[in-house]
Amino acid sequence: MSFLADHLPALQIAVPLVSAPLCALLRGGRLPWLLALAISWFAFYASATLLLQVMETGEISYHMGNWAPPIGIEYRVDAINAFVLMIVSGISAIALPYAKRSVAHEVDPRRLGQFYTAYLLCLTGLLGVTITGDAFNIFVFLEISSLSTYVLVASGARKDRRALTAAFNYLVLGTVGATFFVIGVGLLYMVTGTLNIADLAERLRPLADSRVVQAGFAFIIIGMGLKLAMFPMHAWLPNAYTYAPSAVTVFLAATATKVSVYVVLRFLFTVFGPTYGFVPLTFEFIFLPLALLAMFAGSIAAIYQSNLKRLFAYSSVAQLGYMVLGVAMGNVSGLTAAVLHLFNHALMKGALFMALGCVALRIGAVSVNGVRGLGREMPWTFAGLVGAGLSLIGVPATVGFISKWYLILAAVENGWWPVVLLIVASSLLAVIYIWKIVEAAYLGQAPEGRRPVAEAPASMLVPLWVLVIANFYYGINADLTTSVAGRVATTFLGGGS
Amino acid sequence: MFESVLAHYNYWLVIVLMMIGLYVVISRGNLVKKIVGLNIFQTSVFLLYISLGKVTGGTAPILTGEPELFSNPLPHVLILTAIVVGVATTALGLALVVRIRETYGSIEEEDVLAAEAADAAHELAAAREGST
Repeated sequence: MSFLADHLPALQIAVPLVSAPLCALLRGGRLPWLLALAISWFAFYASATLLLQVMETGEISYHMGNWAPPIGIEYRVDAINAFVLMIVSGISAIALPYAKRSVAHEVDPRRLGQFYTAYLLCLTGLLGVTITGDAFNIFVFLEISSLSTYVLVASGARKDRRALTAAFNYLVLGTVGATFFVIGVGLLYMVTGTLNIADLAERLRPLADSRVVQAGFAFIIIGMGLKLAMFPMHAWLPNAYTYAPSAVTVFLAATATKVSVYVVLRFLFTVFGPTYGFVPLTFEFIFLPLALLAMFAGSIAAIYQSNLKRLFAYSSVAQLGYMVLGVAMGNVSGLTAAVLHLFNHALMKGALFMALGCVALRIGAVSVNGVRGLGREMPWTFAGLVGAGLSLIGVPATVGFISKWYLILAAVENGWWPVVLLIVASSLLAVIYIWKIVEAAYLGQAPEGRRPVAEAPASMLVPLWVLVIANFYYGINADLTTSVAGRVATTFLGGGS
Repeated sequence: MFESVLAHYNYWLVIVLMMIGLYVVISRGNLVKKIVGLNIFQTSVFLLYISLGKVTGGTAPILTGEPELFSNPLPHVLILTAIVVGVATTALGLALVVRIRETYGSIEEEDVLAAEAADAAHELAAAREGST
């Protein structure tokens, strides 16, 4: 038991990594899924234990292969990455029971082994990016997760051939983004001679005026900006989310961009620090306008979509804008909002895409016209969709409200009144596109000739409702999440300066 | 001025290669050429890392027991990993191109986009038909 506890940070990564190739060897129909499920639950157990340990005793530093940092690779777990680890593995643990029916329906049955291999590799990569304390290691895990993501997106080609081009475009942009990141890391290594994040932070402190450091910073932010779909660099996201299999969209929408946001936070606050030379200027002149643009461009584009998956993909661009906005505020409430929204957005988008996956299972496509009248035929699915939709809008007693509350609080603290108005206005735009779906599903007439549609199977409804209930539970009882996020925000803003 | 440019000629090469790679990715419509551009772009980063590991007068970092000046081996090892990542990306990219060729019958971006526009129009028409 103590062996397990001592090596939990390594096992968190090693277990999914080793089981991924095993999964490819399993040919039988259910076995790959069962293995992936078991591994996901183990990862969730590991990350929940790590989070509890960190909240009790503080940072955990694990030395890979017993090589002391900065020479060896260090896994450093503190409040923020334990929290992100829990989001990633938690969503995976809920998404897998859901995935069984959905994936069997949407992916070539002969390829299930390979599909779950790619899934486990993606999980490994995302967890690895989060847990590692080494800048180059971040790149390696980032590429593990990205390469497997391209495969997962492309596996939607059985239903719609456009998944292939979506995956190809994502591959090109994702590779450019990751390469930018690695150029940035190289430039920082050039002046500091270290790749360990804690070490980097120390050695960078006197170097704020160095042109090389400034260039490195720019490369890292642009590279990760591409990966997290920060507003003008979001071109890959709508198609990738639309044409990927439903279960993949659930997992990616809830985790992949969040992990990239985490990397940006890590570099901004741990490596550089909030008051470091050019960082405050970046917040005010780059992050703030881009975040506001994202909130509106994303929401307005969402209103005009007829494909519902694409609609929520654009809404994700807007929601990522809220996270960047929270960071741009540069105060404790703003950062709390950003970190909270990582979790809250995972809950709502996870639930929304799960509901769409249920619809896709029954009627094939998910368009505004296609779902007309379905509210009566699939009551549980659509009730779930409306619940998560309310949370997306930010109605009180949902998690969406908590995030926006902290965002508005942060804007008021800074005295940015126009920003407060813009946050409220962009929430109203969300009302429009959610209403579009509600209107079609509950007030519309079923198209003639459509056969009666059955409710989605329980294996998909239960995960959906777990997330929907979590949306309300953490909206009413937000102590746990706000205490973690608040603690992260104070360490980031207090420790870095 | 000229001498300082010359002294850092490897970094200039890196920048030139980087820009060529990025330009090819953006400007070419042929999907295979895009992958080629991506490769050139990544190669420039390999050169950047290798350049910064060089120590003037240093030899290959082999432990002989005698005190010697040697180049920093760490960037080399990092780049070994990055090369593997690059190969994997290229392989996956080309595999996707093959599949795109099979389903769309072309690897020119224009043709593929036209086919996709047709798909979208077809989808929209089907949705309209359902609504009347």
